[in-house]
Order: sequence, then structure tokens, then C-alpha cells
Amino acid sequence: MTGKTLLGGVAAAGLAVGVAGIGFADIRTGDSLVINGDLAMITEAPAPEFLQDRVTTIYSGWVFRTDETRAMQADDFDNPAMLYAEQGLTAFETAMGSEGKSCASCHENAESLAGVRASYPKWDAEHGAVQTVEMQIIECQTERMGVAEPYGYDSQAMRNMASLIASVGRGQTINVAIDGPVAETWAFGEEIYYTKYGQLELSCADCHENNYGNLIRADHLSQGQINGFPAYRLKNANVNSVHGRFRGCIRDTRGETFAVGSPEFVALELYVASRGNGLTVEGPSVRN
Amino acid sequence: MAENVVPRVRVPRDASAGESVSVRTLISHPMESGMRRGSDGNLIPRQIINRFTCAFNGAMVVDVEIQAGVATNPYFQFDAKVDQSGSFEFTWYDDDGSVYTETAEIAVA
Ligand code: HEC
Ligand code: HEC
Repeated sequence: MTGKTLLGGVAAAGLAVGVAGIGFADIRTGDSLVINGDLAMITEAPAPEFLQDRVTTIYSGWVFRTDETRAMQADDFDNPAMLYAEQGLTAFETAMGSEGKSCASCHENAESLAGVRASYPKWDAEHGAVQTVEMQIIECQTERMGVAEPYGYDSQAMRNMASLIASVGRGQTINVAIDGPVAETWAFGEEIYYTKYGQLELSCADCHENNYGNLIRADHLSQGQINGFPAYRLKNANVNSVHGRFRGCIRDTRGETFAVGSPEFVALELYVASRGNGLTVEGPSVRN
Repeated sequence: MAENVVPRVRVPRDASAGESVSVRTLISHPMESGMRRGSDGNLIPRQIINRFTCAFNGAMVVDVEIQAGVATNPYFQFDAKVDQSGSFEFTWYDDDGSVYTETAEIAVA
């Protein structure tokens, strides 16, 4: 898809002379995101091999945002999502359930989970299934802590905890396995990605693969990567989960959506995560 | 009382006399506007931070009256000229009568 890259270059040149690139793919490449002045992110990278006949370069959603939104993510004090990660940290250190244990009883500190966000969703041999971070947290609560009412999959408490786990993993290169035992789930996720949903009959690919860089109404379409999740959205002033975002996108096609935590969304998350292999974990990020 | 209300501030540790320093403040707060309706159709009562002040060694630097249109987690950033070492005292006033405070020291050479 050199055509796409070329188009991006043309629009960028247009912008430089003050012409709005409406109708042209417009990707402001070349800027780098450094968090707190010392943590460098990879916001563009060569696409993973399985994708290369369709997309040459993968971009973090950060690349497509305005200067103001980009800047909020570059400093933890300015990033409102960090408030939620902090609440996650309080919960991490608080005992819950009949065993009287906190997450910290077994996991020492949140930093010990730094490798998690970059490698999930991931195969869990014991359960014989692909697990998301959220599923893993529920597993620890119900199977190891005696928590009778674990966090709801998309609850505030869960999004806070997921924000904490992402925040300690920032800067790690995403490397989600797509073969071996997860191959079947991954293929199911790929199928969903290219299926057209809703009255508008649009697939994820229609927007995020064929039209990234273009404007859809007033919004600047990204590649729909999930390296920035959970994502604080200015729209609802809260951190949003991956599955919450998927639901919103399918709803925008005027379709019936799958449920958060459903096998369909777990498979889709695995597939979408793998399309970001090579970018860095950026969550919790700031988006509009 | 609103839950999880935590004030935080960012002030440089040191500065030279007469320098203008950047002060950043944030308080986590829902800022319920009083205009929204809950799922039962009734108005959710207003509860906001209605005033924010910053003083330096007792002298007022900024005093802000805040209205219901200000979004969740109000963030204020401003510059303050410092002539001597001392402390910034920050105060947030909640509709429910709660008062939240924070201080930050700065050494001026
Ligand atoms: C009683 C000990 C125990 C407690 C308490 C506990 N965990 Fe775990 N956790 C484990 C074990 C053991 C594993 C590895 C299990 C596996 O791989 O399936 C694990 C795995 C994880 C992982 C995946 C780690 C990886 O590298 O893949 C995450 C994330 C996690 N726990 C989060 C939490 C959170 C959040 C809490 C608190 C709500 C918590 N855990 C409480 C024992 C515990
Ligand atoms: C009608 C076009 C459209 C379709 C179809 C669509 N999306 Fe989106 N999506 C958007 C828009 C607009 C945004 C917000 C701007 C952006 O980041 O692209 C967005 C954002 C996202 C984001 C957040 C990216 C970030 O960095 O914050 C993800 C993830 C995402 N979409 C995934 C998907 C998936 C998976 C599907 C298929 C189930 C899908 N989208 C279908 C329009 C669409």
C-alpha cells in the first residue's frame, strides 16, 4: 500500500502551506511521544508480517490526535487517566475477599506486572482459553482471593485496575502471540474484523484499514489500535475499556453489538492487539 | 461527600528570586452540574468545587469562583512570581462544605 503512504505525504505537504487536507488521508508522522520527558514511545512501526500486503506502517492512535490532546498524554500530571490508575493502585493494595488478601499479597507491587499489557490477550493453559487482562483479574479474584462478587468486566473498578496495569507497562513493545494454541481464536478475530456490520454495512477494516487518515465527519480516523488502552476520552471524562470502544464502533454502524467480555470480543481483541505488534504500550492514553 | 477527592499540585522545587514559575493544580472531583438527570428521571443534585484559591506565604495569588459548567477533575495552571522562599497554600471548596487543602514549598535562591 505505497499509495496510502504517498497520499499521507501529499496531504501533509498541503497542510504545511495552510490548506486543510479534507478528503485526503492526512497523517502527521515524524513527531515523537516522550512521556514525562524520559519514556520514549514507538508511535509508528513497520506493520507485522501478516498485515504487510494491506498496511505497510502501523500508527498509534496518538498520531491522529490534535496537538492539545497529544500534549495531555505526554505528562502524567496532565493525563487525567492517571487519576484512575491511582485509584487502581489503592485497590491493588487493599484486601478483598474471604482469603483476606490484596493483589499485592501475591504480586508484590504493580510493577511486577509490567510485562502483562504488552503480551495480552494470551493463552491460559490451565483454562484452555485465550484470556484478556480483565479475565485474568477476575480469575485471581474468584480462584485465589475468595471474592464472591468480582469486578464487572467493564466496571469502573476494573477499568481503574486495567489502567494501573497498562501504566506500569508503558514503553514495552507489544508482542502478542498469534500462533500455536491461540491460532484458532486469532483467525476468528480476523474474520470479525473483516465482517460488515449494521445498517451501514461497515467492517472495522472499512474505517480503520482503508480510511485511516481520512476524516469521518469531524473525527480523524486512526488505525483503531488498542496499544493506548484503557483510553481516557475527553468525550466522557473517564477511562474506557477496549471492549467498550469496540461496542461503540459497532453501534456507530447501527448494528447490534457483541457484549463486553464475549468470546467474539475476546477474539477481536487478540486480533486487533496483534495488528499493533511493534508499537509500544501507551495506556492509559488520552483520546477525544 | 464525593468519593476519591484527591488534590494534587506541581510546583518547581526551586527558583531564582523574581522568577515566574508555572504552578499546576488538579483535583479529582465529579463536578456534578445539577443539570443532569439520573436513570430515574430525577435531577442529580449539584455538587461541584465552587471556589479555588492559592496563596503564597499568606498573600493571595489567585482566587477563582467556579461555576457548574467546569468539567470533571478541574485543572488550573497559572504563573506566579516568587521573590523569596516559602510555601504555596492551595484550597478547594466543595458545595457540601468540605474543604480540601494542599501545600507546596519552594526554595528561592
Ligand atoms: C493468592 C495469590 C494471588 C492474588 C491475591 C492475586 N493474584 Fe494475580 N496471579 C496469581 C498467580 C499464581 C498468577 C499466575 C496464574 C496464571 O498464569 O494463570 C497470577 C496472574 C496474574 C496476572 C497475569 C500475570 C502474567 O504475567 O500473565 C495478572 C494481571 C494478575 N494476576 C492480576 C492480579 C490482580 C489485579 C489481583 C488483585 C485483584 C491479583 N492478581 C491477585 C496469584 C495471585
Ligand atoms: C464507521 C467507521 C468505523 C467503524 C466501522 C469502526 N470504527 Fe473504530 N473508530 C471510529 C472512529 C471515528 C474512531 C475515533 C477516531 C479514531 O481513533 O479512529 C474509532 C476509534 C477506534 C479505536 C480507538 C483507537 C485509539 O487509539 O483510541 C479502536 C480500538 C477502534 N476504533 C476499533 C474498531 C474495531 C475493532 C472496529 C470493528 C468492530 C471498528 N473500530 C469499527 C470509526 C469506526
